[in-house]
Amino acid sequence: MSRIRTRSRWSSVVIFLGPALGAIGIFFVLPVLAAFIMSFTDFDIYSLGNWEYARFVGLANYSKLLDNPVFWQALKNTFYFVLIGGPLSIAVSLMAAMMLNSPLTRLRSTFRVVYFLPVVTTLVAVAVIWRYIYHPKFGLLNYFLSFFDVSPVDWLGDPVWAMPALILMAVWKNFGYNMIIFIAGLQNIPRDLYESAMIEGASPWQQFRYITLPMLAPTTVFITLMTIIGYFQFFAEPYVMTQGGPLNQTLSIVLYMYQEGFRWWNMGFSAAVAFVLFLIIFLATALQMRLQKESTH
Amino acid sequence: MKKILPFVLLAGFLAVSCSKQEPVTELRFWAMGAEGEKVKALIPGFEKENPGVKVNVQMIPWTAAHEKLVTAVASGTEPDLSQLGNTWIPEFVALESLMGLDSLTSRSADAAEDRFFPGVLATNRLDGVLYGIPWYVDTRVMFYRKDVFRKAGYDHPPKTWAELRDLCEKIKKQNPKNFAVYLPANEWAHFITFGLQAGSPILKDQDSRGAFSDPEYKKAFTFLMGFLYDSLAPPRFTDVTNVYQAMEQGYFSIYMSGPWNIPEFKKRLPAHLQDEWMTAPLPGPEGQYPGASLAGGSSLVMFKNSKHPGLTWKLIGYLSRTSVQLEFFNLSGDLPSVKEAWQDSVFLADKYLQAFRSQLDNVKSTPKIPEWEQIAFSRVQTFTEMTVARKLTIDETVYQLDESVNQILEKRRWYLQKTGKVKP
Repeated sequence: MSRIRTRSRWSSVVIFLGPALGAIGIFFVLPVLAAFIMSFTDFDIYSLGNWEYARFVGLANYSKLLDNPVFWQALKNTFYFVLIGGPLSIAVSLMAAMMLNSPLTRLRSTFRVVYFLPVVTTLVAVAVIWRYIYHPKFGLLNYFLSFFDVSPVDWLGDPVWAMPALILMAVWKNFGYNMIIFIAGLQNIPRDLYESAMIEGASPWQQFRYITLPMLAPTTVFITLMTIIGYFQFFAEPYVMTQGGPLNQTLSIVLYMYQEGFRWWNMGFSAAVAFVLFLIIFLATALQMRLQKESTH
Repeated sequence: MKKILPFVLLAGFLAVSCSKQEPVTELRFWAMGAEGEKVKALIPGFEKENPGVKVNVQMIPWTAAHEKLVTAVASGTEPDLSQLGNTWIPEFVALESLMGLDSLTSRSADAAEDRFFPGVLATNRLDGVLYGIPWYVDTRVMFYRKDVFRKAGYDHPPKTWAELRDLCEKIKKQNPKNFAVYLPANEWAHFITFGLQAGSPILKDQDSRGAFSDPEYKKAFTFLMGFLYDSLAPPRFTDVTNVYQAMEQGYFSIYMSGPWNIPEFKKRLPAHLQDEWMTAPLPGPEGQYPGASLAGGSSLVMFKNSKHPGLTWKLIGYLSRTSVQLEFFNLSGDLPSVKEAWQDSVFLADKYLQAFRSQLDNVKSTPKIPEWEQIAFSRVQTFTEMTVARKLTIDETVYQLDESVNQILEKRRWYLQKTGKVKP
């Protein structure tokens, strides 16, 4: 009797979970494992033609990676993007969300749509427009700056300015998404907290500091986590705008991985880059979870 | 009755679709970008000559072409024939996917080897085996402003390096705010072209080591950097956003580019300059005119997996016929790879194409190895940019370039050993 029950329980487990697990196994676990093994070989265009021309090279890809100045440059650029662009994007989203949540604001839903539009617009179309904006001679940005006697800047061609230009564009493109989540978080804060604070004579800043921020903490953690993971995978912006140039100043880790893997077909080396990036994101996430736990205790 | 109706329809449908199945042989032909669009007009002629054959042309955008072809080879779904940029051939030879064509060309009238420009044909030959038939050719010549040259005291385009340098200095003197020649640091082609002109093999030891620090390349590199360091060429390539405007304004007066720019110059330069621009073959080091330029273009290749090699070869022959080559030129503007086609009045009458005709007699191939594009784009270009930005000296550049290139080529040295291809 009990045997029949366990068997039927097992069969229902297989029936219900099997397809999903199977799909995950075939399309996720297997490729990841294959890539992991590949990162210890020098799999490249020669090996693609004939498997015999692949060598097992142990950790050579990883050590080559650590010796490679281009990799460090890409790592530096990625951190630059994450550490400047990430907080900036979150701050802008929060600001926009606060403004849209204020009872004084009119046309709220219109602005919500307007701010959200860049998120759903395809990046390639956006890139075309931004390339016009950043154009050194005819661009809108330089035209605007000329009123303040700022001499024209070659935004995408100058090694110093290319990254800030991409950050600005990325923040503009992405802040709408986080803004919507922040608005949801803000709407969950009970009104009476603010009312009692006002009666006690709290200034707007104090209200923000002692009510809004603490009440938003779970939302902020979620947003920070997702933003950091997303921003570490910085790829599309430099891919369409600068191809990593000038002088590799906008080359990100993922773009570097893509170029090595799918432009030059150094698949083994490229897989090693992927796992280093995985490790970095894993550590960043773990660190953040730890910090979050400590701050709530 | 109602219930039967769908079955009757289905049966009828099946009968119709079955009866349509005549013995049709389908050839799969991949072509890229504009060529993929234009070549379709040539196909009916071939299909008429070969009843029962259907050529299925698939157009692939250039940006996705490389990835798609490699993926196709990896999964065994190659077409019968494909257009292939001739610098890509070594890669697909390394993938062991292309068919050798030597036994075929010797028995063919349309695609016999002596019908093509030797320099271009050579890009298709690796280790003595011919893998592709040139379809159209591409090379760079000099586009220049005749009026600016005249003011600088030159009634002819420069024929030697010394003349080029002298001319540029004189142009600069006319108007010190402007430059003379355009040498963008992010285009490796200029630097490799002059390296080849100076006699550098670019790579040595069976293309398994860099030859950038050898005297030949260094000489060419120093010569070109002279233009950039002495403000004869705009040092920051990002300053130039529109080449045609820059030519019009005289910001620079010499621009090395390919045939695709002839219609652009006709369209974009203002009317009063239309008689004042011209093309000329590249200057060379002493005693060599024209100096060598790059042998570019696309070839037609057959894949080993093709089920219809005979018919595929027939199609390649058809596309190599003089009349078809001319028709293709009219459709696409791509320069014919067949020498005979250039004797047509279209070419003799076009003054801008004359320079290309003479240039095609002296074109050289870049190193024929799969790693070449990686070396050119990710090494030559990056190091050149750093030299122009004065982050490296010329000496540092050529040595570090060799070192960096030798690292990439480590696999190739091992491969040559393993396959026993090392020549003593």
